[in-house]
Amino acid sequence: MFEVPSFADLNLWLTAPATVLALGACLLLLVDILFIPADRKVTTAWLAIGVIAVSFVVNLFTFNESGSAFLGMFVADGFTSVANVIILVSAFISVLLSIDYVKRAQIERGEFYSLILFSVSGMMFMVSANDLVSIFVSLELLSIPLYILAAFRVPDVRSEESGMKYFILGAFASAFFVYGSALVFGATGHTGLPEIFQSVEGIVADGGSAGVLLLLGAGLILVGLGFKVAVVPFHMWTPDVYEGAPTPVTAFMSVGAKVGGFAALIRLVAVALPTFVLAEGDTVTVWQQAFWLVAAATLILGNFVAVAQTNVKRMLAYSSIAHAGYIMMAVAAAGTAGVADAAAQATLLYLLAYMFTNLGAFGVALSIEKDDGSGTSIEDFVGLAKSRPRLALMMAVFMLSLTGIPLTAGFVGKWFVFKAALDANLIPLAIIGVLTSVVSAFYYLRIIVNMYLRDGEGDRAEGATEYVNWAVYVAFAGTLVMGILPVLATNLTDAITIASTAVR
Amino acid sequence: MVSSAISLSTVVLFLPLIGMFILLFLRSEGKDGHGNENIKWTAFGFSVATFIATLIMWATFNPAETGLQFVQKLDWIPSIGISFYLGVDGISILLIVLTGFIMPVAILSSFRAHVIHERGREKLYYAFMLLLEFAMLGVFMAQDLFMFYIFWEVTLVPMYFLIGIWGAERRIYAAVKFFLYTMAGSILMLLAILYVGIQAQTFSVPDIVAGIQSGALVFPFSGIFSTQSFLFLGFLIAFAIKVPIWPLHSWLPDAHVQAPTAGSVILAGVLLKLGTYGIVRFCLPLFPEATVAWAPFVATLAVIGIIYGAWVSYAQTDVKKLVAYSSVSHLGFVVLGIFALNNQGIQGAILQMVNHGISTGGLFLLVGMLYERRHTKDIAAYGGIWKVMPVFGGLSLVITMSSMGLPGLNGFVGEFVILMGTFGSEVLGFFFALFATLGVILAAVYMLYMYQKVFMGEVTHEENKHLEPLHWQETTVLVAMIVVILWIGLQPAPFFAAMDSTVNHVVQNLGPAITSVVMK
Repeated sequence: MFEVPSFADLNLWLTAPATVLALGACLLLLVDILFIPADRKVTTAWLAIGVIAVSFVVNLFTFNESGSAFLGMFVADGFTSVANVIILVSAFISVLLSIDYVKRAQIERGEFYSLILFSVSGMMFMVSANDLVSIFVSLELLSIPLYILAAFRVPDVRSEESGMKYFILGAFASAFFVYGSALVFGATGHTGLPEIFQSVEGIVADGGSAGVLLLLGAGLILVGLGFKVAVVPFHMWTPDVYEGAPTPVTAFMSVGAKVGGFAALIRLVAVALPTFVLAEGDTVTVWQQAFWLVAAATLILGNFVAVAQTNVKRMLAYSSIAHAGYIMMAVAAAGTAGVADAAAQATLLYLLAYMFTNLGAFGVALSIEKDDGSGTSIEDFVGLAKSRPRLALMMAVFMLSLTGIPLTAGFVGKWFVFKAALDANLIPLAIIGVLTSVVSAFYYLRIIVNMYLRDGEGDRAEGATEYVNWAVYVAFAGTLVMGILPVLATNLTDAITIASTAVR
Repeated sequence: MVSSAISLSTVVLFLPLIGMFILLFLRSEGKDGHGNENIKWTAFGFSVATFIATLIMWATFNPAETGLQFVQKLDWIPSIGISFYLGVDGISILLIVLTGFIMPVAILSSFRAHVIHERGREKLYYAFMLLLEFAMLGVFMAQDLFMFYIFWEVTLVPMYFLIGIWGAERRIYAAVKFFLYTMAGSILMLLAILYVGIQAQTFSVPDIVAGIQSGALVFPFSGIFSTQSFLFLGFLIAFAIKVPIWPLHSWLPDAHVQAPTAGSVILAGVLLKLGTYGIVRFCLPLFPEATVAWAPFVATLAVIGIIYGAWVSYAQTDVKKLVAYSSVSHLGFVVLGIFALNNQGIQGAILQMVNHGISTGGLFLLVGMLYERRHTKDIAAYGGIWKVMPVFGGLSLVITMSSMGLPGLNGFVGEFVILMGTFGSEVLGFFFALFATLGVILAAVYMLYMYQKVFMGEVTHEENKHLEPLHWQETTVLVAMIVVILWIGLQPAPFFAAMDSTVNHVVQNLGPAITSVVMK
């Protein structure tokens, strides 16, 4: 019945960056238990960075490869390679942020780093997944370690709450995803994205019950992925989880989980559903309208509620919802024929910019955090420009970048996202996007106001240890370089194509 | 035409930035602002060097050429048609020289400012000044929409900090208001820029303009609510907030009153001109039909601004606020001149931008000098200052008269040419000129009122009896201003000559649009 595929057919080399990382994570777990004493966990961190570096190098070797692996379950293309770079750099910065933090919070255990690596490998598999089943498996691989990491700071109540909340809602989301996949399978008879694409046109033309199934299935999948990337109305968990989780974990999941989630989302809609319309002859895809609404709601809610926050971690949580809205705008743009590639490029550029900026901002927040997890209120930034001028300067740049002021990475990301939206003729959505970014300026500026314009005694910023500083320097350099020389980033993404050749 | 040779425009642009980086590596020697002479003089040196470079640019500028000069074009993001593209023409050359002139004045006037000594962080202060100069010069020279937007937004950041750190009591409110207002306008312009760029497949302004003139690129126009009009409004609102055109002006009094003296000087002297310059540079050539269709409306707002600004000025008790509102009135003239859409109107407007920069910049310097001595901006606290500081009183008189538009001084020339242009305009006409003239009279009223209350009469307050005479640095900046005021007032020809052929070209290109829209 089944023909057993030969080993060569699997094309293992194409998924090597992710595979290396998964294997490295397993090894690290063993090495940590067997060889590394409890007081030398820094070594584990360095080994984790080593694994990330190896994966990064492998990714460089496979950078220009394209093709499919594991019999079509995974694909490798430019999109995957660039997304891998974003994920690996974010993992690198997050590990640097963690080293001293776990010591200060007295949660220094070796598993911490292995869990991060497992989650990273889940993200990397997810950005290359090309089948509903492989998307689901990667999604779980991404999520489960994050549930544990969010609750890593036991017995701190907020951390426990964070992990528990994230776990329960995440499990729900996964269930939605699985159920949606089942319905899509029921409608099309396939789980592979390219195969689904081939049967969509027939289903739309047919106009029968399969169309309803497909609509329901796609909707449930959107709900599942929407939870992961935290878009409105599936965002409720974000502030509590972000606030309670250990700060480096928050930083990591605010970026990494988004990369994975959005990559899967855009691949799903651009590869499998670009021709999915309600009735034959419609020019606007069903999901573009849904994404339009989701993006608009996310932008408005995220930005307006962030204004009211007084804790910087919570503020960044709402800001991350808002930024998910901007990315969602690009994903919605992918629904217009001919814009999918530009939208995928914009998504990656935005994620790259957001990765540097947001990790940097969390790095600074972590620097002023006290050992017991307090001290991250916005008031704690007062006087930082006097007590820690360099840290304040970098935070100011991160805030300007999140606002989208030129010469920072954030502006480049916004430029391409808005360009994609206009390319797709989503003008009202683009207008909502720019107007809400004025709102965002208000709460980002408040941090700058507190650091520079208000008088007061600065915090000692006891968390600003050498490793943390290095992490922030890397993020700072990335933010500025991408802002001043955007061509370095666009060179990576220029050639990316994601849409099925049939609709391009 | 990607060339690798460095043009003078690049030198002018990057001199302040180089200065800023050198500043950042200098050591702050003294505490509390004393002994930071090296920082002050380095900043001043670089601003003077930039000024000299802009003068060389003006001297070698060929006024007969209608196109761009001192062009520098390098690839930036080639895949989407974005380049590093600098160029200077008759519209921008005078404003570049104005920027070059105002900056050393502003920096020199900061040397003795108390507030900077009190708050400290002098290195940061002068670094922001030079960064601001870099960004402003960039706005005037950028010939690529992407680049223009970048410089446009970057001007916000240093000004925000200048107001926010070294401003008066309500500085944080004013700084945030300034930032949000300006950003709200410019972000809509970003969308319009993107739309234009997507349609044109390039962001290079000369290429887009050429495409529009040849008919290869068309933004559909069918009335005041059509694609072209929305794009026009996208740009115009950004510029209108910056100018500011009534009723978008409410950030201006706050920003001016709270800003340190040098901040106000730059704000009035150059920053507001970014808006009026933008209208001439982008709205007119990119959206000719929409410009013509909207001209009466915008000109009406401008006239309201002229009268409103003058009226409200008269009611002020705070001398800095009085000058701030007078800006609203003066810039109304500039906008009116631009939307006359003829040669005289636009040339008068460009000259008036320079004039306003000098005169109002000068007024803010005067207010700053008074404030340094008495620490109040209340008009009632002064009186009879001429008796105590005769030199200061005399110099102030010239600057006040210049702002009023006394014949023989610079303000008269600009206003007169603008009114002539408005009167002869095909889209505006007699009534606009009539009401604007009312503004000239009102200007005389509030300016003379201010001068009388502050400088004339008897010394009524004990504190005013012994005021420190002018320091040589203060005299220098005032005399420098007055030299320019007299020069433009008595011999404006070289200024008009510099812009004549470029403005002619712009007006000619508007011709078909005026015919088609006005005739309809």
